[in-house]
Amino acid sequence: MENLIGTLVLVPLLGAGVLLCGGRRLDRAGHWIGTFAAALSFVIGVVLFADMLGRSGEDRELAATVFSWVPVGGFRADVGFQLDQLSMTFVLLITGVGSLIHLYSVGYMAHDERRRRFFGYLNLFLAAMLLLVLADNYLLLYVGWEGVGLASYLLIGFWQHKPSAATAAKKAFLVNRVGDMGLSIAIMLMFTTFGTFAFGPVLENADKAGEGRLTAIGLLLLLAACGKSAQVPLQSWLGDAMEGPTPVSALIHAATMVTAGVYLITRSGAIFDGAPDAQTAVVTVGAVTLLFGAIVGCAKDDIKKALAGSTMSQIGYMVLAAGLGPIGYPFAIMHLVTHGFFKAGLFLGAGSVMHAMNDEVDMRRYGGLRRYMPITFVTFGLGYLAIIGFPGLSGFFSKDKIIEAAFAKGGTEGWILGGAALLGAAITAYYMTRVMLLTFFGEKRWQPAPSPEEPGAEPAAETRGEGRMPHPHESPKVMTIPMIVLAAGSVLAGGLFSLNDAFLTWLEPVTGHEEGHSPVTAVQVTTATLVVLFVGVALAWAQYGRRPVPVTAPPGSLPVRIARRDLLQDDINHIVLVRGGEHLTRSLVYVDHTLVDGVVNGTAAAVGGLSGRMRRLQNGFARSYAVSMFGGAAVLIAATLLMRAV
Amino acid sequence: MNPVNYLYLAALLFTIGATGVLIRRNAIVIFMCVELMLNACNLAFVTFSRMHGNLDGQIIAFFTMVVAAAEVVVGLAIIVTIFRSRHSASVDDAGLLKL
Repeated sequence: MENLIGTLVLVPLLGAGVLLCGGRRLDRAGHWIGTFAAALSFVIGVVLFADMLGRSGEDRELAATVFSWVPVGGFRADVGFQLDQLSMTFVLLITGVGSLIHLYSVGYMAHDERRRRFFGYLNLFLAAMLLLVLADNYLLLYVGWEGVGLASYLLIGFWQHKPSAATAAKKAFLVNRVGDMGLSIAIMLMFTTFGTFAFGPVLENADKAGEGRLTAIGLLLLLAACGKSAQVPLQSWLGDAMEGPTPVSALIHAATMVTAGVYLITRSGAIFDGAPDAQTAVVTVGAVTLLFGAIVGCAKDDIKKALAGSTMSQIGYMVLAAGLGPIGYPFAIMHLVTHGFFKAGLFLGAGSVMHAMNDEVDMRRYGGLRRYMPITFVTFGLGYLAIIGFPGLSGFFSKDKIIEAAFAKGGTEGWILGGAALLGAAITAYYMTRVMLLTFFGEKRWQPAPSPEEPGAEPAAETRGEGRMPHPHESPKVMTIPMIVLAAGSVLAGGLFSLNDAFLTWLEPVTGHEEGHSPVTAVQVTTATLVVLFVGVALAWAQYGRRPVPVTAPPGSLPVRIARRDLLQDDINHIVLVRGGEHLTRSLVYVDHTLVDGVVNGTAAAVGGLSGRMRRLQNGFARSYAVSMFGGAAVLIAATLLMRAV
Repeated sequence: MNPVNYLYLAALLFTIGATGVLIRRNAIVIFMCVELMLNACNLAFVTFSRMHGNLDGQIIAFFTMVVAAAEVVVGLAIIVTIFRSRHSASVDDAGLLKL
């Protein structure tokens, strides 16, 4: 069984290699090769899962060292895999959702001439993400961490002929780089503190290290998590990342990669348990982000950007839960899995709608689609009910637990966190209802297709007919089947996980679990959640359901305009970082030009000027040289005589 | 006769030679002036040898003659070559190496 762990990573990696190096002769079959690699990886995952279930809780962990990577003196870095319950959960989520999205992409990317390359990148992403969750040490995790960053960059910028996509890819890469720097410094700190960076020794000895060290490592890990999981203050890339093809948004920027930060924090639980200050930072980041993302989600008219805000907000919930320590770890992961189902489903639904509406993304130009796209409507609707936490669906179970855990933190902190989580739930209900109403209900607000100068993904020949109205139609089966499966997951996963606390028992050997002392009972929390849920839905209904929606967005009040600009995230980054950086570089350039160059150029000019004058002595007349020789000899003799005389 | 007179003579010859080197343009004449300076030195050496009563100065005079002979061979060869190629033995004309 140990040998199978490596093949989990190897299969998609081989798939990527074959697809990216295979050339055009694979163009016709490439997408099926990619899908097959993902599916095979999923099958291996299921086999390993069945094997793991056959053993009792404590010895379910498998480990395999593949080869020694960097053995230098006392420094050892191995390529080793570790498959425990936490990794297993991720493996199933990544390969399962990944396979479904591969399948969906077969339909979604059908008309793209670079489809083979797209599947190669998707497989590369799967391999890197699996490496990330299977690594048994932080250095190998870092390799996977960078790998998913690369795949994300390549896929966001997949339509690189659009300048906006190229810019978005670059932005995502740069912002992630800030977080990656945190992770690499954290790994270095771990090595100086513990002498190793394997999970086992580091986490077992975490309590022996000083609290200051642990806090520093914890904060750096949090920085890494912020970058990868789009948490405040490194959140600005996620909204723009929606420039990528929709399956990419579903797989990478909703279900899997952006949750890597939560994985990192949960995996490093022992470090955070020993550093309360770092934990406080984690819950603060989580709480701020869950409100931040939710508010941005309310203001966006672009369906994918609204969902991106929602992703940010839901990951905020997970980070909040992960920051609560053992009270929250299992629920963070549980919400992560259920979120993987319903958010991937929502994104695929959004992709299906865009597919039908000539790649229109503005929700104000949708409306009334439920009659034309019944399957998309039902699957999207189930995802919607799951995310707002409708009783009985996945989101209800996982989110409710997180809110409970937040209250169970105790003290004023518990009340603030719990309150933020409840408020977030209300806003979630509001913006998701808004998306739902704008897209599927109301009257048709369709607009003719964008004019040809708009560089759309569709071939120009079709769109040339000025004012072509969209003809919404249901997507092909290859796209609807993944949506149906994910919708089923969104409905059932939460309930199955909560049956006899199955998920809790499953994860407990890895993450540990303790009951908090909540000042409020579970029933009270559930009631409050349902009340805010109802309020959120009712508000959205009052605003978007009862009266017709204008096709162009009203100018809106100041707060609305701020929220539409992503709460000024780019402006703040621009003022603080870009302007600051510009001023810094300008002043450095000034110093360089005046001081450093001044000294260098001054010396050169002095030497040059002096030599120019000295050159006159070399006039080419042998007799004048003779004069100088005689003069020199005379001076020498005179000097000698003078010295003698003295 | 007082040997110091020879030194005066040597100084006079040297000065004539040096002046010739500095003011004449013809390479052959300059060369002859150089020879004059060398021989002035030889005269001074021999005189000092006589004055001090040892043979060091005379030996050095022989060395100087040998060196002067070698120098004449090389120098004349250079001057003849220059003259052949430039049809002039003026040292002021041969200024090609200057910047």
